[in-house]
Amino acid sequence: MTICVLRPGLLMTVQDLGRHGHQHVGLCPGGAMDPISLMLANALVGNDPGAAALEITVLGPDLEFQGPTLVALVGAEFEADIPLNRPVMVERNSHISISRAARGARGYLACAGGIAVPEVLGSRSTYLPGGFGGLEGRVLKRGDLLPLAENAEQLSRERYDSLKNKRGASVRWSVPPFSVPDREPIVLHAMDGEHFGDFDASMQRVFYDTVWRVAPDSNRMGYRLAGPVLERAKKDEILSGPTALGTVQVPANGVPIALMADHQTTGGYPRIAEIASADVPRLAQIAPGGTVHFARCGLDMAAELRNDVRNRLQTALRGIAWEYGK
Amino acid sequence: MAKLAPLGAVPLGDCAVYIEFSKTLDLEVNSAVQRLAAMLYGRALPWVRDVVPSLGGIAIHFDPDHADVHGDAMSASLALVSECLKQGLPKTDEATRTVEVPVCYEAEFAPDLTEVAAAAKVTPDEAVALHAASEFRVLMIGFAPGHAYMGGLHPKLAVPRRATPRPIVPAGSVAIANDQTVVYPYAISGGWNIIGRTPLTVFDAERESPSLFAAGDRVRFKPISRGEFLKHAR
Repeated sequence: MTICVLRPGLLMTVQDLGRHGHQHVGLCPGGAMDPISLMLANALVGNDPGAAALEITVLGPDLEFQGPTLVALVGAEFEADIPLNRPVMVERNSHISISRAARGARGYLACAGGIAVPEVLGSRSTYLPGGFGGLEGRVLKRGDLLPLAENAEQLSRERYDSLKNKRGASVRWSVPPFSVPDREPIVLHAMDGEHFGDFDASMQRVFYDTVWRVAPDSNRMGYRLAGPVLERAKKDEILSGPTALGTVQVPANGVPIALMADHQTTGGYPRIAEIASADVPRLAQIAPGGTVHFARCGLDMAAELRNDVRNRLQTALRGIAWEYGK
Repeated sequence: MAKLAPLGAVPLGDCAVYIEFSKTLDLEVNSAVQRLAAMLYGRALPWVRDVVPSLGGIAIHFDPDHADVHGDAMSASLALVSECLKQGLPKTDEATRTVEVPVCYEAEFAPDLTEVAAAAKVTPDEAVALHAASEFRVLMIGFAPGHAYMGGLHPKLAVPRRATPRPIVPAGSVAIANDQTVVYPYAISGGWNIIGRTPLTVFDAERESPSLFAAGDRVRFKPISRGEFLKHAR
């Protein structure tokens, strides 16, 4: 069984939770920009949390389903002809159309059994800079046929049958896509980076006081933040060092870059801050033009934020399991 | 060399820590850092996601909520590093491979060779001979998958990066700048001086060992003709 791409939307790729353990050869984990929404979407169709799904960006696709398929679209508030954030049974040879995201930037369309592209280095995620993973290592285009699991039809029917509280082709409930922010600017908690002290007190204040705008040339590798130019007081060259998901670097032009899923594994720019890991999926839901500001925090706060996200996720997953009669 | 000891541990957010050994490029420290990284990686601890050696230190990426770290992955990482240091690093020779990289230095693949040679006050052939005679060592992998920064360039060839980077450098391009050489794994933008091209695939995700280079490898470049390049590239 396959899904046919009738119109690809702005940027649609296959993503799962990424490939870990390869950063020493320069390959970042990659994977879903908002893994929380991916995990919820997978749970809604009865998949493992890390199954491969479609990551849809800002403007969604038109898709044709060859066979009956249980799907769920979670994340950004897309205008779509299927209800969001819940399991939906799509009939044989039917189309779904997903247009603009009214709120948030990324949605995850999961299908029962997952998207069955081959695994590369332990993951089905598309890594665009390297041109591998997903479907031929590239952005999906019109006419692409996405393979589903061999038993996708059977899985879809069985799972849909086991759902309680059905209404029509869907259900009477939905899950909250809690990584999608209600209002902007969003607050990103951040710890001082290694080179925070290289910026003088006024620049440090500017960093934490500014409402930054996500620049148009932001992508899966990094978000450029438009605002005042950050000047580093210390001018010496920095020895290239490691980076991480959520590292905020300041290149010589003074425009900070927050490193996202497909980031470089090392970098030679000063690292002014490190975004708390729990807040990175929320940043992934900000489209270009959206606004963010930083709140200074420590490792304890970052741990509390992780704990809070984990609790909310587990509550949602338990609720979904109950609806499946588990 | 003096006993290797961390200068400090800097959180790289809440899921990684950078353990720094030197703020400048020190070849002995760099080699020790790579052997330490290999040792850490070899332990395959369930809470460690990635071990990334860079020029002067090591990043340990971890699961901060794994039961084994008891809520303090930073301390667990530091403890792990000092334990490995106490146990002793593997000797350099045991840990090193030599990678031979065939390179075609002919004009078609070497747009900057004439300029580099002029700056070094040698002929292009002499510049090639200098590059191919040196033994390089991989100091760090970063920037892109398989992208190796190699030290050991002959001082005569130490030219600065180009003022304007090229928007696209072909995959396999062998380039130099300052005291280092690199091989571009993909067609990406870059500002280094291109003096040749290898037909080898630097990073192939489908290969059993995806990256041609690993940190610490010794590397030699072997001149090949255009004909050999084309035969190899097929």
